[in-house]
Amino acid sequence: MSINYIPRRFTVVRDKELCINCGCCVRQCSNECHYYADDGKTALVNSNACVACHRCVDMCPTGALRIEKYVCDYRENANWTPQYQQEICRQAATGGVLLSGMGTPKPYPVYWDKILLNASQVTNPSIDPLREPMEIRTILGRKPEKITVEKKGKSTVEMPPQVILETPIMFSAMSFGSISLNAQKSLAMAAKNLGTLFNTGEGGLHPDLKDYTDCAIVQVASGRFGVHKEYLQNSRFIEIKIGQGAKPGIGGHLPGEKVNVEVSNARMIPEGSDAISPAPHHDIYSIEDLRQLIWSLKQATHNEKPVSVKIAAVHNVAAIVSGCARAGADIIAIDGFRGGTGAAPTRIRDNVGIPIELALAAADQRLRDEGIRSSISLVAAGSFRCSADIVKAIALGADACYCASAPLIAMGCHMCQTCNTGKCNWGIATQRPELVKRLNPDIMHERVENLINAWNHEIKEIMGGMGINSVDSLRGNRLMLRGIGLTEKELEILGIKHAGE
Amino acid sequence: MSITAGLRRYEDVNEEINRRLKSDDKTAVREVNGQRYLGCGLDSGKSLDIYGTAGNDLACYLNGGRVTVYGSAQDAVGNTMGGGEIIIHGHSGDALGYGMRDGKIFVRDNVCCRGGIHMKEFRQMKPVLVIGENAGAFLGEYMAGGTIVLLGLNMKHGEKLFGPHCASGMHGGKIFVRGAFPKANLAQNISVCELEPEDEKELSAYVKAYCRYFGADYAEIMSKPFKKLVPATSRPYANLYTPNL
Ligand code: SF4
Ligand code: SF4
Ligand code: SF4
Repeated sequence: MSINYIPRRFTVVRDKELCINCGCCVRQCSNECHYYADDGKTALVNSNACVACHRCVDMCPTGALRIEKYVCDYRENANWTPQYQQEICRQAATGGVLLSGMGTPKPYPVYWDKILLNASQVTNPSIDPLREPMEIRTILGRKPEKITVEKKGKSTVEMPPQVILETPIMFSAMSFGSISLNAQKSLAMAAKNLGTLFNTGEGGLHPDLKDYTDCAIVQVASGRFGVHKEYLQNSRFIEIKIGQGAKPGIGGHLPGEKVNVEVSNARMIPEGSDAISPAPHHDIYSIEDLRQLIWSLKQATHNEKPVSVKIAAVHNVAAIVSGCARAGADIIAIDGFRGGTGAAPTRIRDNVGIPIELALAAADQRLRDEGIRSSISLVAAGSFRCSADIVKAIALGADACYCASAPLIAMGCHMCQTCNTGKCNWGIATQRPELVKRLNPDIMHERVENLINAWNHEIKEIMGGMGINSVDSLRGNRLMLRGIGLTEKELEILGIKHAGE
Repeated sequence: MSITAGLRRYEDVNEEINRRLKSDDKTAVREVNGQRYLGCGLDSGKSLDIYGTAGNDLACYLNGGRVTVYGSAQDAVGNTMGGGEIIIHGHSGDALGYGMRDGKIFVRDNVCCRGGIHMKEFRQMKPVLVIGENAGAFLGEYMAGGTIVLLGLNMKHGEKLFGPHCASGMHGGKIFVRGAFPKANLAQNISVCELEPEDEKELSAYVKAYCRYFGADYAEIMSKPFKKLVPATSRPYANLYTPNL
């Protein structure tokens, strides 16, 4: 022990009565917590590096393992919490910027939990989705300002390219590099079977996924990794990544250790080199410049692909969204500050940005006020934990939602929040071959599909209860929402009434 | 027959270029007045001559084609290009060759800010940027691969070879500079080296091409010494972060 010692977070408890010394946990823990005693047979444990990912717990054949919170009390202090003291200790030792994985764990308000949904009683019959048609098909893309029809009723308006989804749920951007190829492949397979889309993130498209280009959103980020003509053309739509909810205003940095042969192929950079995405796109310093990039992408794809702009939810989000719409974005994705990430500076993740609920409501309202809401599609992102969150987001004005953490949890993620270490025991946020192979895409895509199918059904059930049979009638339908325990101001921004009103 | 751009919208002009290049391998546009995206994504075997001032994002996503500008070009020439050649008989605006991965850009005169930013190489792909005169601030910022050649021709008294923050965040590739350069404008962690024999060979090929395109005197250019700027480390930010477990 030394001045750098930080009390461990967890204790791994092994029930000696149950343990049969099979050694499974020794093989499973990439943090090398479990090991054999000198006799080569008895399994022992050193809990110091345990991150509570539960891999060993889940894999132990006899249920002998349990993870406990380790308590080493500090003198109570609501200001100088152990967390801050420990972080200072880390920085005193290294001089480094603190880096965290996954979305912020801080107890900021989750407005989804303060919004209640409506249901029909007497005056308007509810609908049973098991027997009656219930439409959740979602169409994204720019809509013409007005429709003109010829005599026989056929539209004479040239329709901009549209994207048809069989569910309002898409998978958010997770690059190959931040997650494993097997994880990305599972999402691609699930997207294809579900009739929705996955998002390559800024990591380029791996050749193994070429059969899934029809359900791929390809990202163009400031580092322009893997971006070339064919990549742009082989996609369902193109997304310009301006920002990410977990780290608004800063770039990305995939350390060289994670750039193995495969990642290097997809990103088109040499093996072992750092993949640095600058904070801004250096060809975008204004809304006019954004317009330039949007139209360059449209030119490169003969106007066949919708172009999305993804921004982080920040203070001025409504005005920015309006600017993006006017710059020619067909789809605008807003990523709230609770959104996940493979790695983000802790301070940025935990302090910058605003919740998606408020950002979405403000942006939708602004676009409505300006009379341009119906011309573009809004996608909400930034932590949807269940189907009810999605229904609430749609009622607040989202056309569709981006989910990432939920499908990862379906694939085994236990929110240990250490994705940045590259040692994910579930084969998700890692490039180590022995860990990646733990995640079998042939099984995992089904689990992801199960999850989304379940959510789809729940969405239909909730809609049916409201007496709504099409997601189009739910969109922006804030009358279906009521706040609980919210202030006047919060209700005003969310554009909803309080429960009982 | 060439295409006349005049005051037409860029969509129009580009569409006509694409139509022409479906059947022909070569076409020319005259009276260009800043129309954007000319030569966007031009494929190998196709070539486009431009007379006038090419607008922003000239030859973006260039895909092996060849674009020659008889005049100057505005911002973001060769944006994210994947191969081919761009020859500019004039000067170029900001963010020249942003994120270019392969191919060559030759600019006869000077370039503004952030030339060659985030250039990167991959396997046999090696982007090359040759600038005849001088360059503005942030030349080669975040450069991850490829070669920039800065010749410093025709410089007037008091002009500097490159502006401030040259090669800031550079972690790959090399920059050849000719003659005196403002050391104070160079970012930290950049080493100034002598050229190795293979560098000399590489440089000579680029200078020859420059002379061929723009009628410059090879011997005169090579009479001044060159230096090579390379990143002192390929991982400038390797120790930036501390895992917060
Ligand atoms: S996996 Fe379970 S049974 Fe096997 S050695 Fe570990 S604790 Fe014992
Ligand atoms: S890190 Fe995960 S696998 Fe290792 S001991 Fe802790 S819970 Fe088990
Ligand atoms: S993806 Fe892996 S490392 Fe990241 S939180 Fe989930 S289990 Fe932990």
